[in-house]
Amino acid sequence: MSFRPVFEAYPWDEVKAGIYAKTAADVERALAAPRRTLDDFQALISPAAAPYLEQMAQLSQHLTRQRFGRTMQLFAPLYLSNECQNICTYCGFSMDNKLRRRTLSSVEILQEAAVLKDWGYEHVLLVTGEANQTVGVEYLRNALRTLRPHFAHLAMEVQPLDQTDYEQLIPEGLNTVLVYQETYHQHDYRKHHPKGRKSNFYYRLDTPDRLGRAGIHKMGLGVLFGLEDWRTDSFFTALHLDYLERTYWQTKYSLSFPRLRPAEGLLQPKVEMTDRELVQLICAYRLLNQEVELSLSTRETPLFRDHVSQLGITTMSAGSKTNPGGYAVEPESLEQFEISDERSPREIAAMLRCQGYEPVWKDWDLALQS
Amino acid sequence: MMAQPLVVAGRTFTSRLFTGTGKFSSAALMEETLLASGSELVTVALKRVDVGNDQDDILRHLQHPQFSLLPNTSGVRTAREAVFAAQLAREALETNWLKLEIHPDPKYLLPDPIETLKAAEELVKLGFVVLPYIHADPVLCKRLEEVGVAAVMPLGAPIGSNQGLRTRDFLEIIIGQSKVPVVVDAGLGAPSHAAEAMELGADAVLVNTALAVAGNPVQMAHAFRLAVEAGRLAYEAKLAAPVRNAAVASSPLTSFLGEN
Repeated sequence: MSFRPVFEAYPWDEVKAGIYAKTAADVERALAAPRRTLDDFQALISPAAAPYLEQMAQLSQHLTRQRFGRTMQLFAPLYLSNECQNICTYCGFSMDNKLRRRTLSSVEILQEAAVLKDWGYEHVLLVTGEANQTVGVEYLRNALRTLRPHFAHLAMEVQPLDQTDYEQLIPEGLNTVLVYQETYHQHDYRKHHPKGRKSNFYYRLDTPDRLGRAGIHKMGLGVLFGLEDWRTDSFFTALHLDYLERTYWQTKYSLSFPRLRPAEGLLQPKVEMTDRELVQLICAYRLLNQEVELSLSTRETPLFRDHVSQLGITTMSAGSKTNPGGYAVEPESLEQFEISDERSPREIAAMLRCQGYEPVWKDWDLALQS
Repeated sequence: MMAQPLVVAGRTFTSRLFTGTGKFSSAALMEETLLASGSELVTVALKRVDVGNDQDDILRHLQHPQFSLLPNTSGVRTAREAVFAAQLAREALETNWLKLEIHPDPKYLLPDPIETLKAAEELVKLGFVVLPYIHADPVLCKRLEEVGVAAVMPLGAPIGSNQGLRTRDFLEIIIGQSKVPVVVDAGLGAPSHAAEAMELGADAVLVNTALAVAGNPVQMAHAFRLAVEAGRLAYEAKLAAPVRNAAVASSPLTSFLGEN
C-alpha cells in the first residue's frame, strides 16, 4: 500500500487541462459547498478563481480562526550541515556548487541551540543536505539526543530515510518530518535532480508512506514553486495529503509554500508565482482542509508575511539562518538560500501581537511522546 | 437566587461553567475572559505550558484563588502516554485532578474510547481525580463510572465546531442514568447551547473556542455565565412540559364506553 497507484491514476497533462478548464460557475459551487472536494480545490486554484480572491481570503481567515484561534506557532530552522551528494539545480548546497562544506559537532549544535533558546524558541527544525556517510542516521540520532533536553518539539528536514531509520529516530524525540516532493512532474523532477540519491523520484514520493508506517506524529508536505506549473503541482500535493490523511489518520499534517529564491549560481524560476497567486493557493488549501497547518518561511518579504499571517497561515519561522553555524558558530558561511524577512523573533512576535495574535512558542511536550 | 452548588469528587463549585485556555489572542485576554466567566475550574494543556518555569505566560495569568487548574493530556495517542503525562502534570502542577483526553485523530480530535477507558482505570488506581473527555456514548459513560471516574465529559459536537448539542438524544440518556456528574464538553458555540445543556440536566459545561474566538471574549464569557446559571435554575425549577398535541378527535376513541 502506497501513494504510487493513486498518483499514477492522475496523468499530469490531464490534471493540468482540467484545472485550466474550470469556470466561474465551478468556483462559485466550490465556494458554496459545505465540505470541499479535490474537484472543488481544482476550481479554487484555477485562473477562474482569481476574481474571487477577496471572498476566498475572508472565508480562509474565518475557518483558520475558528480552528486555530488567534495564535501563531513560531519555530526556527537549525542547519546542521551543508554537505550534500545530490545535484539540485536550484539549491545552494548542490554538490557541484563550490563552497566550503561544514557539519556541526555536538558542541557546535549546542552553541547554536543556546541562541535559539535565548530567543525563546521551543520548536526547532533540524536541516541538512544529503550526505549519508557523514550525516546519516547515527549523526541525526546524536543530534536529537543532544537537543532533546533543551526543546519541547523537534522536527527534521533531511534526506528521505528508510522506515526502520524513522522508527529509530522517533523514540529519540523526533516529532515531525518535512519532506517536500519539489515537483510531482516526473520528467522535470529528473531534470532538476540529475545526480545523487535524490534523483530517485519514487523513493522520495513514498517517503510519507514510510513515515506514516513508522508512526510519526506530524509530517509536512510541499513543492518548490518555480520548477513547474504551481497549480498542477499543488493539486498533486492536495491529492497526496488526502491519501495520507485517510491512510495514516493518527498523523498531523502541515503544508509549506516555498517559492524559488535566488541562491548561489543557480537557476531562475521557470514559472513565476505572483503574490496574488500564492495568496490564492493558501486560501484554497484552507478552504479544502480546515485542520491542516499552513507554514510560511522567511523566504517571503515582511510586507507579504505581515498580511498573509492573517489569512490562513498557522506556523511561521523567524530570525532564520540557512547556513550551518549561522546563529553563533560561523555566521558568515554560505547560506542555502537568501531570506527576505530578516526581522528578529522578538520583532515578529511584536508584529503578531500588534495584529491581535498570540505568538505560541511551545505547543508540544516531549513527555507526551512515548 | 442561587442554583445548587455542584460537587465533584468532594469539591464544591459555585460556577457550573468550566473553561479552557486555548486559542486566545493573548494570555492577558484569556485571564480577563476567564475572570468574567466566573469559572472555578480551568483546563490547561500540558503541551502548552512550561511546567518547569514559574514565569510561564499561561500559568502566570491563571494565578487567582478562584481558579483550580485541571491539567489535560491533549496530544497523547495512547493510554500509556496519557498515564505518563498525567503523572508529570500531577507533580508539576500539584493537583491530582486530570482531564483525560486521548484523541489519536488530530483532524477532528475525537476521543478514543478504548484507550480512554484503559487509562481511566489505571489513573483512578493511581489516585487521580479523572474527568474523561469522551463521545456521548451512554454505555461508555457507565463503564467509566464503574472504574471510578469523578465525572464524565461527553461531547456535544466535534471540539471547536460551535455546533451545539448535536448529540442531544444520547446526552439525555447519559444524564438520565449517570451516578457521577455529567459535564458537556466540546461543541458548544453559543450561550443558548450551554443553557440548553443545563436545562437538560447536565451538571456543568466546558467552553473554550466559543469564548476565545468571539469578537469580544470578555463579554461572551459573561453571557455564557448568565446562560449557564439560567439553564441550571430552569432545570431546578422544573420546566413546564411542552404541549405536543392538544387536538381532540371529533369521533372520540372511547365513546363506545358510554356515559358511565
